[in-house]
Amino acid sequence: MADIVSLTDGVGELVRDGDVVALEGFTHLIPHAAGREIIRQGRKDLTLVRMTPDIVYDQLIGAGCARKLIFSWGGNPGVGSLHRFRDAVQHAWPVPLEIEEHSHAGMANRYVAGASGLPFAVLRGYRGTDLPEHTATIKWITCPFTGEELAAVPALNPDVSIIHAQRADRAGNVQMWGLVGVQKEAVLAAGRSLVTVEEVVDELEPVVGQVVLPHWAVTAVAEAPRGAHPSYAQGYYERDNDYYKYWDSIGRDRETFRGWVRDEVLAEGSATEATGDKEGVR
Amino acid sequence: MTPAVSTTAASGAQPDYTSDEMMSIAAARALEDGKRCFVGIGLPSTAANVARRTHAPGLVLIYESGTLGSKPDVLPSSIGDGVLAETADAVIGVPEVFNYWLQPGRIDVGFLGAAQLDRFGNINTTVIGDDYADPKVRLPGAGGAPEIAASCREVFVVVRQSARSFVEKVDFVTSVGHGSGKGDREALGLPGAGPTLVITDLGVLRPDPETAELVLTQLHPGVAVDDVRAATGWELRVSDELTRTEAPTAAELSTLRTLKEASQ
Repeated sequence: MADIVSLTDGVGELVRDGDVVALEGFTHLIPHAAGREIIRQGRKDLTLVRMTPDIVYDQLIGAGCARKLIFSWGGNPGVGSLHRFRDAVQHAWPVPLEIEEHSHAGMANRYVAGASGLPFAVLRGYRGTDLPEHTATIKWITCPFTGEELAAVPALNPDVSIIHAQRADRAGNVQMWGLVGVQKEAVLAAGRSLVTVEEVVDELEPVVGQVVLPHWAVTAVAEAPRGAHPSYAQGYYERDNDYYKYWDSIGRDRETFRGWVRDEVLAEGSATEATGDKEGVR
Repeated sequence: MTPAVSTTAASGAQPDYTSDEMMSIAAARALEDGKRCFVGIGLPSTAANVARRTHAPGLVLIYESGTLGSKPDVLPSSIGDGVLAETADAVIGVPEVFNYWLQPGRIDVGFLGAAQLDRFGNINTTVIGDDYADPKVRLPGAGGAPEIAASCREVFVVVRQSARSFVEKVDFVTSVGHGSGKGDREALGLPGAGPTLVITDLGVLRPDPETAELVLTQLHPGVAVDDVRAATGWELRVSDELTRTEAPTAAELSTLRTLKEASQ
């Protein structure tokens, strides 16, 4: 049975310095509140894994939480660049950032292998591109049946995966719907998992297209209303497109970014402690 | 060679549309009704949604976030916009998108953008500069593009044309076009035909059937061959059968603008 915990305790107990950590959510249900909590708790030397490191990882990278990023597309969707990510790669600020770069197909298959308990996955990918030259985790394998040469990528098995879902019940069964990305695979591939949810309810009403993660497959659940903001949670709130544009102005400048960490992230933590309110409020 | 159309820009009144609008509409026209089209956000999504509202109501839009047959009534603001899931025939997980739908060749057209494009249609969206470890500019990276470029039956590239972006050789091959020429795709075992159309704000380029080098085959209204040459970083060849793009119709423009306005 998954433990129902506070976001502070969930991150505090499950995310450790030096861990391989995956925050997943393919533009929908991005665990932003958990990302800010990792910054507040000052985690260091993380290997961050995510198909689409958008602004949630720009924040973690800018705050100096990461030493390595494993990813397939890093940008601010619909807006442009991730300035903290670029600053880290191009100028090692605030700390050097090693990168391990894949395609979406490669990353998705790495999670599938991890969730399946297999050491690697095969796909018809990367052929002719310059990625294998720079990414040691892309190799070639010959099919023993047909002789076709295919790409092989190793399983991703994060120490901890964190996702955001719409609901959980009090036993910790998790329910999500809409675009479900690679979240199920990320949780099943991980040693530990934390699921933040919009609400904990007595009973999970079925929803069309739902994915349910049984409580025994999840380590901990934390209620975090609006925890995916500025991304969206289908059925709860829309994407805050203005925030993505706003982020461009914050991330562009080191001092402005530091001010954001101080005024928005650390202050949010103090407010939470003062009121006992676990809700992430920007 | 003697081009089939005048190669100098026609003088006269300013057109009542922008070069970006011409590009989006030219891309929309290239999409045949009923085709299954893998769509990225931005110009490809705009073009595909214009096509669906004009000549191709049966166009099947597939977004890599996990939707088959999305029918958005506004342009999605991101690949994960809720409207894509709410209007889809099916919503699926991301591994399924790539493994079940893209990889076996179920998708007709892949629509890609590019930060750099070279004379054989290879695409760079990874780094600008010679040193991957110390790039001049770090770009977003591959996303779904390498496998879209490999496995869709054909690829349309939509990109604004400039000498900076249209280069002799890309700094980094993120997605393979025609490699270093005719026959490379087959030798690499890439199942799709690769880029068959490159649609820009100036005209349209297609691979030469003999060499696979991109050749200017179509000029948008008001654009001269020299304009395109000036915006190309290699010695651009011009087709003997150069044609002129028809200006956007009133219906096409109003469809495009209504979509854009609804998405503000």
